[in-house]
Amino acid sequence: MIKKVFSNLYLIIMFLFLYLPLFVLMILSFNNSKSRVVWGGFTFKWYHRCFNSETIMSAFFTTIQITLLAAVISTILGTLAAIGISAMKSKSRAIYLGATNIPLLNADIVTGISMMLLFVKFTNLSFVTVLIAHITFNIPYVILNVLPKIRSANKYTYEAALDLGATPLFAFYKVTWPEIRSGVISGFLMAVTMSLDDFSITYFTKGPGVNTLSTMLYTELRKGIKPELYALSTMLFFTVFILLLLLNFRDSKKARRQ
Amino acid sequence: MTRFKKQFLAGPYLLWIIGFIVIPMLLIVYYAFFSNGSFTLNNVMAITDTVNLKAIILSLKVGITSTLLCLLLSYPLALILRNINIKSQNFIVFLFMLPMWMNFMLRILAWKLLLSKNGIFNSFLVQLNLPKINILNTPQAIIFGMVYDYLPFMLLPIYNSMANIKKDYIEAAQDLGASQIRILFQIILPLTISGIISGVVMVFVPTLTSFAIAELLGGGKVLLIGNVIEHDFIQGMRWDIGSGLSFVLMLFVLVSMILSNAFSNDSKEQKGGNVIL
Repeated sequence: MIKKVFSNLYLIIMFLFLYLPLFVLMILSFNNSKSRVVWGGFTFKWYHRCFNSETIMSAFFTTIQITLLAAVISTILGTLAAIGISAMKSKSRAIYLGATNIPLLNADIVTGISMMLLFVKFTNLSFVTVLIAHITFNIPYVILNVLPKIRSANKYTYEAALDLGATPLFAFYKVTWPEIRSGVISGFLMAVTMSLDDFSITYFTKGPGVNTLSTMLYTELRKGIKPELYALSTMLFFTVFILLLLLNFRDSKKARRQ
Repeated sequence: MTRFKKQFLAGPYLLWIIGFIVIPMLLIVYYAFFSNGSFTLNNVMAITDTVNLKAIILSLKVGITSTLLCLLLSYPLALILRNINIKSQNFIVFLFMLPMWMNFMLRILAWKLLLSKNGIFNSFLVQLNLPKINILNTPQAIIFGMVYDYLPFMLLPIYNSMANIKKDYIEAAQDLGASQIRILFQIILPLTISGIISGVVMVFVPTLTSFAIAELLGGGKVLLIGNVIEHDFIQGMRWDIGSGLSFVLMLFVLVSMILSNAFSNDSKEQKGGNVIL
């Protein structure tokens, strides 16, 4: 009984630790006064300003573009690579997987700087260099999600399809794809998450005038705190909340059907 | 497609690895060890300069403290989450993981707001007639921010390894009369070592190397090794020294990986021993 009380208390404390700062942001986003402690009445004006702010909106759209492009390209490259790696002998497979681990394990700041050195040597920093950097750190997540699915798939059905006269592409679509699809999708989703959250690597590889939400916020927060950012944070929180809820709900519905 | 042909599908990735992982890493090594074409150790030895040495020691302190705090906070949390009744369990676990998907700059913003001089935290203290605290711009504020930011990264792997423990083991131990504490230390803890280790790595490497949290919550007054390197590259244009320090940082990351690997191999053997009972 006492144990139950204690564990519930601990849950509540940890919940407050994680969410209190976010709730404070939410409340302040509707506060008419600029003060952080005085309630000056309800207002939507920070939301207005947030939508009218050139800095915030362009960073938002750049983030969406980079995230989606990087996730799609890295999912394609990563899935192809996973299929190729699974067909390799153990020695070359070990080399590939070792290289795949480098960006996963290395410190973000070192990865970012190393790519900056390369880009500055051969080209200029720009939108494209950020995109390349994002694809580079996304591919490992795709490979690590797809590879186990290929391994657990039945090897012989694909060959049987070829023996029965299917073209490799048709056999892939009909036989391999259904078996690896869930891994490809979770790899894609992880790539999206990583791209959305990245700061360090973007910071070092971005060109002047190119900003994602993370780098824009870094610049703004160094100057001070603008109330528009409370509005942005509240909207992003609920977007993420609803998206993840939908994703989880879809998964559990599927699980029940099976 | 034959097995041999299939391997070519990894071709584009091979080019990508060489172009954007291997060559960039070699560039860091080149800038770290060569100046004007001749070999030098000066850039790597720059770590022994007073400022840099202070920064790396402070980074290690901040990184280790934050990692330990994350571990101490999330282990009991994972234990409790594991024992909640099934129906609401998924949603509650989801709630605790959710902040991980919030942009991490916005999470720092939230903390900066709470801790600032005229912020919520201090006005609360004033209401209670307690003295204000001035925690912003100190290493403590940075540790607070890091624990807040990286807690879910510790919680997730530990919770996953705990959720994988079969109920049978625990019930068997209970039937044989083991106390709760004995069950925790002799069954649950050994079986979650791998989760703890991946959590520690996921938290320690970013807390050791981050510069953004230190810059924003430390107000530019606290220098971690990440900040020193960032200054070298972005403001000072001292790429050689910056590369030398990055190389040292890479060695630190490498050592912590080797250590964690050694630990997880040990635990695997131990795991085998325990499962047989």
